[in-house]
Amino acid sequence: MTNKVILGNEAVARGAYEAGCHVATAYPGTPSTEILESVARDFKEIKAQWSPNEKVALEVAAGASIAGARVLAAMKHVGLNVAADPLFTFSYTGVNGGFVIINADDPGAWSSQNEQDNRHFARAAKVPMLEPSGPAEAKEFVKLAFDISEQYDRPVIVRITTRIAHSQEIVNFGDRKEVPVKEFVRNPQKYVMIPAHARVRHKIIEEQLIKLKEYSNTSGLNRIEKGTTKRGIITNGVAYNYVKEVCPDDNILKIGMVWPLPDDMIRQFAESVEELYVVEELDPFIEDYVKAMGISITGKDIIPLLGELKPEIVDKAMNGKDPDQALPDYTTEMPPRPPQLCKGCPHGYVFRVLNKLDLNVNGDIGCYTLGVLPPYSAMHSQGCMGASIGMHLGFEKAHGDKLARKSVAVIGDSTFVHSGITPLIDLVYNKGTGTVLILDNRVTAMTGHQDNPATGKTLMGEETHELDLEMLSRAVGVKRVVKVDPKDMDEFERIVKEEVAAKEPSVIISLRKCVLIK
Amino acid sequence: MKNIIFAGVGGQGVILASKVTMEVAKNAGYDVKESEVHGMAQRGGSVDCNVRFGEKVYSPLIKKGETDFLVSFELLELMRKLEYLSPEGTLIVNREQIDPAPVQTGAMKYPPDIEDWLKSNSKNVKIIDTREALKEAGSRKALNIVMLGVLSNYLEFGKEQWEEAIRKTVKEKFVDMNIKAFNLGREL
Repeated sequence: MTNKVILGNEAVARGAYEAGCHVATAYPGTPSTEILESVARDFKEIKAQWSPNEKVALEVAAGASIAGARVLAAMKHVGLNVAADPLFTFSYTGVNGGFVIINADDPGAWSSQNEQDNRHFARAAKVPMLEPSGPAEAKEFVKLAFDISEQYDRPVIVRITTRIAHSQEIVNFGDRKEVPVKEFVRNPQKYVMIPAHARVRHKIIEEQLIKLKEYSNTSGLNRIEKGTTKRGIITNGVAYNYVKEVCPDDNILKIGMVWPLPDDMIRQFAESVEELYVVEELDPFIEDYVKAMGISITGKDIIPLLGELKPEIVDKAMNGKDPDQALPDYTTEMPPRPPQLCKGCPHGYVFRVLNKLDLNVNGDIGCYTLGVLPPYSAMHSQGCMGASIGMHLGFEKAHGDKLARKSVAVIGDSTFVHSGITPLIDLVYNKGTGTVLILDNRVTAMTGHQDNPATGKTLMGEETHELDLEMLSRAVGVKRVVKVDPKDMDEFERIVKEEVAAKEPSVIISLRKCVLIK
Repeated sequence: MKNIIFAGVGGQGVILASKVTMEVAKNAGYDVKESEVHGMAQRGGSVDCNVRFGEKVYSPLIKKGETDFLVSFELLELMRKLEYLSPEGTLIVNREQIDPAPVQTGAMKYPPDIEDWLKSNSKNVKIIDTREALKEAGSRKALNIVMLGVLSNYLEFGKEQWEEAIRKTVKEKFVDMNIKAFNLGREL
């Protein structure tokens, strides 16, 4: 058998390939980006695409599934927020071809605006969720997820975290199982969610969840590893590895299917040990569930709620052990090394001007969020993809013209296409007069240089229609649209001043290629 | 079991160094795990990779106090990771100072005492000057492979095993340059 050391995200792509997946969709987002890059690079059998955002990615995937294909949609944790609307209703319709959603959480917020725990989505949307503990298992779980999806007529979420997505290990390669694309069969009672149909479907998915709970108890995805002590530890995902490392003699209930959880197995495990613990990253998801079963268990009282777990954290919590210290503490103050805009980065010119003009800057998600840090210090709000423009209008609604003449919104090209277009429509529609800077560096830069609708190239490397941001801005009703190269900082400053002063909506397209692309 | 941390600044090639090491260890029949940093931190921030190999490896992260080789491509980045070193562990550091943003802006000072501190506090430290080797290799980008050359003297694998792993891992047109860099590193 061939095997190779590969990244967790590449293992996920490999799993989709071996499962006979036909279509894969995503919007790039750390730590999930390499999944679709690997699909497009390594597996030509799968039609892969970047969608403009995660909601569209999930909808294209749902369409492909209902039409009969096996399909994978991948996104980071906050991407699933964007895609939550289709998720909750395609949970009701169920699938035709297997439908697998990869959700990559980011405990520690390494490259994210929050560290939300998306296990809650599985419960709320009533979809099964699998959780591998490493790359090799991720590949196997993705394959299994396609089968579960078709067998139980549900989309299935596979949840990975940064430490799985971006860790490498030896993965065994299998062959691709060719699965024919099924026929699309019209079935409005199943696929058209008018209230009368939705009520019927709701009952069906509750029944399916009961069957899935049985599967969770018996399938082997959740398993008990007998130890020699009286202690039992329930654990999941990457934390399982830390537990194996620092508590090798304890009894372990390894959770590989985190929704629905295996009640019978949990009860049996709890009865077999004298002390019961749960070691899980982020929220007390399993802990609360076990407590609601009336079983007493220790979890977040000793395991941190915030950030990533690490072997030494679990060792301290479970065994009271401090790490060995090789050297005395180094007490000289160490300057931090925050990420920075590259030398010659077009965003650098933009933020130097915005800083000089002392404007309020509503920011967005991308490399340019680094404009908040010195030496630029020119960003004053930022929340999620596309928020800058809506917030900018909100500033004006709060303080009127006074604040609009002192503020701007900045948003990257890819982020603008992702979710900046509807707020720009809102700005015009609701009579805002603000200025929006689209920082067009001709690429989705921060996630590692992916194409998007404004670059004129697809994920598969094909030429396609290049979205014209100027025409789009004009089409939604912005009359003042200017294109300018920010490297000419005097001219750029003159234009920003002029547009911010104008009492009507304006868009400045700050056009200069990312320095890292050829 | 061997635990290695590669530390440096985003762009210094930390991930490639760990990839080559994993390849060598896997080909020698070991179980291998690694953990790396992508995304925002790569934009000139602090980066590190954990590489572990042995009969059976569970955690992709090395526990504090259990690192056998802490290999840093930059002085300050070594100091951030010291608590990961095991009492028997070895420090290998490139004698280079890259000023982080707060130093560039004058808000903070680059610690002036790193080399002296290392010499007086650690028995197992190798501070190396890679400038000549990099000049001879013909590319500053080969720093990661020069550092691997230094590390290779401490590990059980032979020169040929390393060279084979480099051939498999780096882009074809850079193979010769990197093998030269690796062997220059072995002499440092």
